[in-house]
Amino acid sequence: MLYDIKLTISYDYERLADAGRHLLRLQPLNLDGEQRVVSSVLTVEPVPTERSDRFDFFGNPVVEVSFAGSHFDMSCSVRARVDRIQTPPSFDISTPISRIAEEANSVSSLAPNAPAHFLGESPRIALDPTMTAYARNNILPGMTTMEAVCSIGTALFNDMEFDPIATTADTPAAEAFERRRGVCQDFTHIMIACLRGISVPAGYVSGFLRTLPPENGPRLEGSDAMHAWVRAWCGKEFGWLEFDPTNAIVVGSDHIVVARGRDYSDVNPVNGAMRTSGDQTSSQAVDVIPLP
Amino acid sequence: MPPNAPPMIDPLDQLLANYQPPDGVADELYFPDGRVRPVWRNFLNHVSGQSTDEILNRFGRGDQYLRDAGVFYRQYGADESIERTWPLSHIPVLIDGDEWQWISEGLVQRADLLEEVCADLYGANRLVADGHLPASLIASSREWLRPMVGVTPRSGNFLHFLAFEIGRGPDGTWWVLGDRTQAPSGAGFALENRVATSLAFADYFREANIERFAGFFRQFRRTLRELSDDAFDQATIMTPGPMNDTYFEHTYIARYLGMNLLEGEDLVVEGGQVMMRTVEGPKPISVIWRRLDAAFADPLELEEKSRLGTPGLVNAIRNGNVSMINALGAGVLEMRAFLAFMPRICEHLRGESLKIPNVATWWCGQPTEHAHVLQNYDRMMVSWARSISLPFEVDGETAIAGRFTNGSDMPVEDWINARGPDLVGQEAVKLSTSPAFVDGQIVARPMSLRVFMLRTGNGWQVMPGGYARIGRTDDPTALTMQHGGSVSDVWVMRDHPVSKEGVLDGKQKPYLRAQPGLLPSRAADNLFWLGRYVERAEFVIRMLRAYHVRLAETSDTNSALLQSLSGFLQSYGVDPTLNGPISSGTAGLGEILNNAMSAAGKIRDRFSTDGWAALHDVANTAYDGFPPGMETANQMGVLLRKLSGFSGLVHENMYRFAGWRFLTIGRSLERAYGILAMVAILADENAPEGALDLAIEIGDSVMTHRRRYAITSTHESVVDLLALDEMNPRSAFYHLTEVKRQVDYLPGANTNGQMSELSKSILKAHTALAVETADRLSSAQASQHAGQISDLSELISQHYFR
Repeated sequence: MLYDIKLTISYDYERLADAGRHLLRLQPLNLDGEQRVVSSVLTVEPVPTERSDRFDFFGNPVVEVSFAGSHFDMSCSVRARVDRIQTPPSFDISTPISRIAEEANSVSSLAPNAPAHFLGESPRIALDPTMTAYARNNILPGMTTMEAVCSIGTALFNDMEFDPIATTADTPAAEAFERRRGVCQDFTHIMIACLRGISVPAGYVSGFLRTLPPENGPRLEGSDAMHAWVRAWCGKEFGWLEFDPTNAIVVGSDHIVVARGRDYSDVNPVNGAMRTSGDQTSSQAVDVIPLP
Repeated sequence: MPPNAPPMIDPLDQLLANYQPPDGVADELYFPDGRVRPVWRNFLNHVSGQSTDEILNRFGRGDQYLRDAGVFYRQYGADESIERTWPLSHIPVLIDGDEWQWISEGLVQRADLLEEVCADLYGANRLVADGHLPASLIASSREWLRPMVGVTPRSGNFLHFLAFEIGRGPDGTWWVLGDRTQAPSGAGFALENRVATSLAFADYFREANIERFAGFFRQFRRTLRELSDDAFDQATIMTPGPMNDTYFEHTYIARYLGMNLLEGEDLVVEGGQVMMRTVEGPKPISVIWRRLDAAFADPLELEEKSRLGTPGLVNAIRNGNVSMINALGAGVLEMRAFLAFMPRICEHLRGESLKIPNVATWWCGQPTEHAHVLQNYDRMMVSWARSISLPFEVDGETAIAGRFTNGSDMPVEDWINARGPDLVGQEAVKLSTSPAFVDGQIVARPMSLRVFMLRTGNGWQVMPGGYARIGRTDDPTALTMQHGGSVSDVWVMRDHPVSKEGVLDGKQKPYLRAQPGLLPSRAADNLFWLGRYVERAEFVIRMLRAYHVRLAETSDTNSALLQSLSGFLQSYGVDPTLNGPISSGTAGLGEILNNAMSAAGKIRDRFSTDGWAALHDVANTAYDGFPPGMETANQMGVLLRKLSGFSGLVHENMYRFAGWRFLTIGRSLERAYGILAMVAILADENAPEGALDLAIEIGDSVMTHRRRYAITSTHESVVDLLALDEMNPRSAFYHLTEVKRQVDYLPGANTNGQMSELSKSILKAHTALAVETADRLSSAQASQHAGQISDLSELISQHYFR
């Protein structure tokens, strides 16, 4: 499926900001056999004093920009064309959930995709007995890991309500879970905490969702802004499975990947440090148009 | 000997009468068979020849030095931290030179091994791939920094400066208790201990063959110079700031080595290069000795909530533009669980065993080790695997010999079973004992040593000595200062004469006068405000004194004169009838003095300890609780004299470099502004009776006025003397001239005949006041001049502090 993607994120500062420096993770990722970037252009306004490109530890493209002068606003725009090839897995060859912990432990690697990074706590994920118990209650002993992941993700979808005002970007997962409300970031963090609680390696994916629903399908939540979902490691043989708990679907060609990491802190689209004494407001506009 | 004479008591036996090492541990003073180790004999004979009073006198000399030097450490309580006096245990720990040699060789082997492990963890990762380190342990460490993976340090090495905590086990051999690879502290404290202890035992120290520290620090300076691109004075120390528990040490070592002490906001990254923000603009830096934990070093790529770091620092390192001592991420090696793997890694990488073993450790994330700890935890310490604390620093949940130190009654088995991969079991630490002088007696106390090591062009150099922690009680977990422990000097004793050179490279030909270093903008900012706040405090104190003297005469706070002065004081946030306690410092004079202290506290490395002590003295002088009137007025007099003590020290002793100029500009600017603002009120044509004399008194110009005018004060005489007289060191014009003079010396004030915006504005303000005459200067105009001067402050900030 071929998409044209348009994204604009803008920030307005209440007071003059100076010496700003930002890491941007906004452009679609090239993924062998899953996603091919045909073209991608990132424009930053005002024009940064310095700009450099590199890849981060997890292989996500990062653009670092800095501003020497003072500015009242900043905006980042992406225009990209992406060919998304991913289809949901047709065979479940994942490891039985009962053996996943042991199998994850047996992988002696610190490579970016190794399961070791995605267990236990990470900057935005704390293991929480309530969420772990919730995960346990939503799986059956004989399940495969893929079945367990889908079961937990679907349970969350059923029990949680999408609510853009209940939480902020800094709300801890346990708190959003207690309220059973939140946006895609909360759904994703909660599901990661649930999965890690039962020793399934789980990480965070940021990206885009097609704006126009497939024919006769409902409009998907999260398509008006950048989206987030979960990736879970289902065994050596199977590898990673991506699941979108906000929509209770296994990720396929409607989802376009931008960045992958342990949690939001690894993929934060606009990470920044600047000297300003006031508040800031931000806005986002996303269009993901499938091409015929 | 006549048969009935009393038996001779050997003074040494008497000295050691109460020295009884507990059973089951080694002792520094005695061999296991009860003989005194030879290394102690001369020293003990020296001490035993003296009475208790003499000994206490000598210790007093060391303590006096520490007090005068302002040595303290920060102790953290439940919700506050306080500065505590330095707990020196005066008796040093003596180590035989040959034994020290052996310790050094063992630790050099360990340092090389740690370097190899660190390079592997941020490079090829063979140790994990080959099963020598568990992936999950590394991946879950907060100190394994993903942004640093694949980054080769510019210097070629991850580790440059290390510390090891070692102790002597019951069998007499030495054990490594912990590796300090992140930002080891204590080398500066070791120096302080050395100065104090060598004062206490001055005559013995001078003659004895005790290894000196100076050579090590001389090498330190040379090494930093070799690592840097350019001049040595650009090597810097990066500190987390005054709230850190070892900040005093940072300021001390910065002064001792003549290095800039910087905080994260002093640095900025431009074009991938780390720059120091100075009053001359950004200047490149190529070596940073960081005393800041890596996670806080760069809010952009590491801990995003950090306010202590510099955005972009990681990328500058990645670009190979700056050398870090030590590399960001080296702290991963400090994890307790690492000790479980070091012996085998040493065999694997170097084909030899550890020369000095580390405390036996089992990581409960492996089945065999888990089972071993489950069976033996009643003889172990069980604690968090990723903790970086030393074995005797009991933090959080720890079970020693099967009991939780925090009183929890959870069965230890349950804990080990539930949290296996998060836990380690460690052999319970038994430390050797060493002499401490307690209540007039020499007693045996547990001891551990901290040994420092520096990578030089010719390999590792070990600091000959270090510092020892001395326990408060027999319990080895009461070893840290936070738990009441003390510290002592460590003497490495040679049987041949030792070098006694100083820290500076002595012979330099031809002689070059050193260039004054660059002044960081933040330091300039704080010096400027220190000048302003101290001057403001003085001005306010003069007003308060004048107020209370008059109140004593009339007892009428509603008199027009006092109302008028009170109104002016309120503009400084001071209510003359209500002095809040200085300690709270939230309002009035207390707040002003607190602001002065806080500015001074951020630049402690830049002025003398005497200056600091003088300022401390002012702030500690109570001025509340005195009844209004004469008593308060007198107390204000006391404060005033103390404050002039500080000003005198600063202005008599401070080298006339840029830093002093900013302090002076702040002071003069504040005074010029204050005097003009006061003239506008008290020399107003409608001012109440007595206002003119009051103005002269606050302007400290009573004598001058009498001499110059020999008449009663008039509007003109007051305005002339206080506002316009260029010869009166209390006049506004005198100080505005001083501001102008000093600003002209500042960098960028005048470039090829082109004046800076700041210089132009100062010239305007100066000229405007210069052409005024006493009969024409109205209150409104005085206010206007004051406003013009006050605006200069913002311009100075824009030019030099941003």
